[in-house]
Amino acid sequence: MSVWPVVSGVAWRTLKNALMNPQIVLPTMLFPLFFFTAFAGGLSQLHRVPGFDFPPGYTAFQFVFVLLQSAAFSGVFTGFGVARDFENGFAKRLLLAAPRRVGIVLGYGLAALLRWVVVATVLTIVAFAFGMKIGGPAVDLGGLYLLAILVNFCGFFWAGGMAMRFRTIQAAPLMQMPVFLILFFAPVYVPLHLLHGWIEGVARANPLTYILETGRGFVAGNPPHVLAAFAIAIGMGAAFWWWAFLGLRRAEAAGG
Amino acid sequence: MTSLPQVEAIARRSLVRTARSPASAIPPLVFPIALMILYSAGLQSSTTLPGFPTDSFLAFMLAVPFIQGALFSTMISGTDLAKDVQTGFINRLALTALRDWALLVGQLAGVVALGVVQAVFYLSVGLALGVHIATGVPGVLVLFVFALIVSLSFGALGAFLALRLGSGESIQAMFPVLFVFLFISSMNAPRNLIGVDWFRTAATLNPVSYMIECVRSLIIVGWDPEALVLGFGFIGGIGIVSIALASRALRLRMTRT
Repeated sequence: MSVWPVVSGVAWRTLKNALMNPQIVLPTMLFPLFFFTAFAGGLSQLHRVPGFDFPPGYTAFQFVFVLLQSAAFSGVFTGFGVARDFENGFAKRLLLAAPRRVGIVLGYGLAALLRWVVVATVLTIVAFAFGMKIGGPAVDLGGLYLLAILVNFCGFFWAGGMAMRFRTIQAAPLMQMPVFLILFFAPVYVPLHLLHGWIEGVARANPLTYILETGRGFVAGNPPHVLAAFAIAIGMGAAFWWWAFLGLRRAEAAGG
Repeated sequence: MTSLPQVEAIARRSLVRTARSPASAIPPLVFPIALMILYSAGLQSSTTLPGFPTDSFLAFMLAVPFIQGALFSTMISGTDLAKDVQTGFINRLALTALRDWALLVGQLAGVVALGVVQAVFYLSVGLALGVHIATGVPGVLVLFVFALIVSLSFGALGAFLALRLGSGESIQAMFPVLFVFLFISSMNAPRNLIGVDWFRTAATLNPVSYMIECVRSLIIVGWDPEALVLGFGFIGGIGIVSIALASRALRLRMTRT
């Protein structure tokens, strides 16, 4: 039997729940917009800091970070939904009913992606309305969104793996805090070479720094270390995919 | 039964309930400080901008946890009170001799006590990380008085929302709305260094900017009467309005039929 009916069924239900429930959709939509407004608006003078060199401007500089952040958190918030489904017993019924259980994880993953597409569309419209300028060709912008999709998969497979291990929404801080930290330990406000002290060392060791720099390069028209950034994103995606499927096995062993 | 033991019992219940729930007690302490440290590390280079009021972004940012922590307290106290409404606890209280205002004062006393713990924690972390308070010990005392009034005012706002909405989930849904006021303020940069016109206007119209600037002036500037009057004036005004609204909402909830 094809896995698609399970994937599409789980994705449709998850997406419908996420988009029809204001308590779920509002944080997903509003937080990236808050961050974007606060950073691009409140910190716009940072482009005058000596050594800051990003020709498209500070709005575009922050847009890339907030886009990647929204991708990661759309995945994490979908992980919350997985935990809720285990808590209220729905996931147990799902495990019993699905002929191919791998489709459950893929369905949640597809929902995370579609959920982020909605957020990314709104965020992109707001950014252009905000006066964002793009230095590179359209194909480069495609590269940025492709990187963001990979970050979205990483975010979901990480959080989904945690959700299937703990099977309670009380694990939410464990799902979101590491993602929050890895995002904010990157060069969020200024380029890497303008960071000083302990944060510089941490940012250099942070794999997300390279994804963020490449994403910003796509917007500026001169992306650095493209292959390395995609290799990191794909490698992390594969590792978290494995993590999520081991989580599914744990959930199966525990009887949902 | 006199009113004082009633207030004491409600305040103790409010405090013990928060203290027994790590998920409620820890985030208001840890998150604002974690954000402050992360922001300070990432934004230190902005102190090189001409006109930036200090060379330590950590000192500049230390004002923010005082307001952010109060927002967390608003949500916690509001959610707890909303639970009391949902579970019928308030209805059962209405059958007792408890006075309406004693419930509100007790609830707010619990929030203020949490506010004191937060203020001590934020200030201790700031001092441990090397922040120098420009106004010295008298400034610290003023800072504590301000923190108390902030906790009281935001606590009353949380109580009003809880009594009006009557659902913990609705209170949680208000969280992003309250956070807008923090984000669109001078939390990350002085208003004169905000380059985007509409953002600077919004931050100037936003009372949260003046609360942050009041605390900030005590930490990095020295005695600045204008910042102090504006900060205390706005938080006092919000407090008076919130307490009046919460009292009215409570009277309606506790109506004996």
